[in-house]
Amino acid sequence: MSRTLLRVEDLKVDFQVPGGVVHAVRGVSFRVRAGSTVALVGESGSGKSVAAQSILRILPRNATIADGKILFDDGIVNEGAGPVDIAGLKADGTAMRALRGGRISIIFQEPMTSLSPLHTVGDQVSEAVRLHQRVTARQARVQAEDMLRRVRFPDPKRALDTYPFELSGGLRQRAMIAMALVCRPALLIADEPTTALDVTIQAQILKLIKDLQADLGMAVLLITHDLGVVANLADEVVVMHRGRVMESGTREDIFADPRHPYLKALLRAVPRFHMAPGERLVPIRSITSEGGSLLEKDHQPWPPGADAAGPLLEVEGVRKRYGARKAGWFGAKAGAGTLAVDDVSFAIARGECVGLVGESGCGKTTLSKILMRALTPDAGSVRFNDHGRIVDVLGLEGAALTAFRRKVQFVFQDPFGSLNPRMTVFDIIAEPLVIHGIGDEAERAERVKELMGLVGLDARHLRRYPHSFSGGQRQRIGIARALALRPELLLLDEPVSALDVSIQAQVLNLLKDLKERLGLTYLFVSHNLAVVDYMADRILVMCRGRIVESAPREALFRNPVHPYTRALLAAVPEPDPSRPLSLTDLEEGRASDPARWPAPFTIDEDHQPHLVDLGGGHCVRADASIRVREVA
Amino acid sequence: MLGYVIRRILIMIPTLLAISVITFVIIQLPPGDYLTTLVNEMQSRGESMDQGRLAMLRETYGLDRPMYEQYALWLAGMLRGDFGYSFEYNLPVSDVVGDRLSLTAIVSFATILFIWVVSFPIGIYSATRQYSLGDYVLTFLGFLGLATPSFLLALVMLYFANVWFGTSIGGLMDPRYIGQPWSWGKAMSVFEHMWIPVIVIGTAGTAAMIRRLRANLLDELHKPYVVTARAKGLPPGRALVKYPLRVALNPFVSDIGNLLPQVVSGAAIVSVVMSLPTTGPMLLQALRSQDMYLAGSFLMFLAVLTVIGVFLSDLALAALDPRIRLSGGASR
Repeated sequence: MSRTLLRVEDLKVDFQVPGGVVHAVRGVSFRVRAGSTVALVGESGSGKSVAAQSILRILPRNATIADGKILFDDGIVNEGAGPVDIAGLKADGTAMRALRGGRISIIFQEPMTSLSPLHTVGDQVSEAVRLHQRVTARQARVQAEDMLRRVRFPDPKRALDTYPFELSGGLRQRAMIAMALVCRPALLIADEPTTALDVTIQAQILKLIKDLQADLGMAVLLITHDLGVVANLADEVVVMHRGRVMESGTREDIFADPRHPYLKALLRAVPRFHMAPGERLVPIRSITSEGGSLLEKDHQPWPPGADAAGPLLEVEGVRKRYGARKAGWFGAKAGAGTLAVDDVSFAIARGECVGLVGESGCGKTTLSKILMRALTPDAGSVRFNDHGRIVDVLGLEGAALTAFRRKVQFVFQDPFGSLNPRMTVFDIIAEPLVIHGIGDEAERAERVKELMGLVGLDARHLRRYPHSFSGGQRQRIGIARALALRPELLLLDEPVSALDVSIQAQVLNLLKDLKERLGLTYLFVSHNLAVVDYMADRILVMCRGRIVESAPREALFRNPVHPYTRALLAAVPEPDPSRPLSLTDLEEGRASDPARWPAPFTIDEDHQPHLVDLGGGHCVRADASIRVREVA
Repeated sequence: MLGYVIRRILIMIPTLLAISVITFVIIQLPPGDYLTTLVNEMQSRGESMDQGRLAMLRETYGLDRPMYEQYALWLAGMLRGDFGYSFEYNLPVSDVVGDRLSLTAIVSFATILFIWVVSFPIGIYSATRQYSLGDYVLTFLGFLGLATPSFLLALVMLYFANVWFGTSIGGLMDPRYIGQPWSWGKAMSVFEHMWIPVIVIGTAGTAAMIRRLRANLLDELHKPYVVTARAKGLPPGRALVKYPLRVALNPFVSDIGNLLPQVVSGAAIVSVVMSLPTTGPMLLQALRSQDMYLAGSFLMFLAVLTVIGVFLSDLALAALDPRIRLSGGASR
């Protein structure tokens, strides 16, 4: 067994807040061996990030290390005469600064905000070199270029002079990693390194960290809430909850034989592939939904035969191009713009939950905005079946449009930005009722109370403002607001991606129950395949504005046909060490480039394939020859 | 980038034209013209004016022509560097304004410099030591500066400057230098007198700037890239200057455009109180007596200053911030 690099002993960190003292970390001990990977797992507020910040002594100013030791020994500190206690050093003293960025470095979750927007990548990476080594600017630049090559920048020399905002999310995180590793630290702290990234990019970054770790022989302290990432990367796991270590051990032990109830609960709360049919997630804190009679009071039942008129929503050939901004009065040029949505056709039957999957920028949000008439497409049609009467959604005006708004409602991704902080919860939920003139004041109050019960919130909290609710509670307020008008169709745009894993299960189950009880229809937009797998009956896979594959849920997961779908599925890390990511056959960035998909899937100037039906409702965008091959 | 600069300069032309139209309309808005004001004034003093002479004056100044012709004449004149004729002073506008403009420029420049030199360190101190005793004291002084009427401050300062330093009250120089050619003694006298108006005019601006810099910097100090800089091992001082301060500078720079005309015109009342030989009091008088060419030239001067100021701050912003330089117009 290799030497212990870092030993944290009974660490306690306190925060001074206006209301008193918050004990964020209450006696945490763990160790990291040289060259190994330790994962610190927990939901937000568990103190895992605070523990990491203490190791680097970059805690916020109102935080203090109250007690405990952080012993670091890389064989170089103290001239090799034993460990140094980081907790005893001055946070901004010379000794600590030499460790920070030199022997221990960190990468953060959000590569965009973690890099300065005003300095070039080369400047920021070589700055790290010059802080810790006596080298000239030119030598530092050479080292930076070498490091950028190691993190597989396509053109390291040019990358030195680019600014972070000119790079894609994946490349930004690579630049961040290069900056952290350029001084060859003994320990890399990775604080949610892939949470903000798309799955395929996440898989690439995980592989990169693994490769570099082997190359440079460093230890990694991985901080994450994603058990899938843990199962793929960590040697040892430390589970934290409310500032304490709940359980720790090797990866195999933790996943095969979880002892602590919290860890067991956490494992049961995560949506994963290969769940038994009908199996429900078990949220850590479950909620009950009740009531609903008032909501149903003025809901007209569907007349028999109404469904024969067509599906609830039918989208045909929708296209939307965002124009490039015109440049001033002089020298204006006609911009080509970007095609956000191209040739999208699908239908949603009443009572169905259709999942829409794709990576960021694939056009899924644009599409959902078109469906609710927040954006007007350039071409195509959207038809809505209102109790047997087919409505042309894009042609609606005035009163008819207002009436349509009652049928389709939207739940947003960000539970913080989507609720007005200056309105009470009552006002927020009642607002749709006021706008559509439903009921008098007394009746609205009754309805709002019922809606609170429906999403499992306490009706006594109606006078409160959104800030006093947690993320999951706020998202439920958003759902209550969307339900207030008793819509037929709910557009759910990444409803759980901003929530903690433990809360995800709660909201997902709530959505499932509501759909069942109220007979709702969902369009569930998400980038998380496991979540879509849990929720949806039918799945649409979208890439670069086009739907590339659509199939019933089982068919898609059993037999993915399109290379993009396959890449997506292959890139999802599963919370199961026995099913590791096949990191070797990840195509670097090729999976989401339509021109590089192999025939018959290629989309370029010469090839414009359409959706081909493979039977059983399984469609894939490919040349017509695919049918022959599939049959053969 | 060059294309942007050229385009930006070209856009300034229609902007200034539009401003000139508005300026001309505004100075023509009050009923009557300079001559009717003059006649009224003479009548109130019991004097009278010969109708023939009045008509003659009206013709020489072009006041009997239609409005658009007057405007065209005025505009054409300005393009040739002829700003018209001041009725009140019976001199070409450029002669009337001449010296005052340069003094105004000196005072304004000194004021802006004062604002920056004072507000910059205080703003940084206040932001980095938020809610400390020093922050509270400086914040209190800042609000005091914002709230005190500048003419009151001017009177107080004049009194103490006279009592303590024996500086002569009012003006920008000792009375014996007025009308004299520039000399060492005159320059020294200007400097001796200038610090009071600079402080008085600059106080409100300084206080506002401190508040703004403090707010900007506080926003930036909590951004993740500051933590990144610390995590690299950068000493706190260098990290502060290189990263958050650099970003917080943007609003500072974009303020140049607003600051210039504000300092020039906002100082009018103070200038009246302190009888400074700057443009402010003259503009006031010209507007009151409907001395249209003088007033118009002043207003145009302010407009040009604003437009150039905004142009300069745009250029400085583009130089400072690669996001503006590189992604402007392309994304979104």
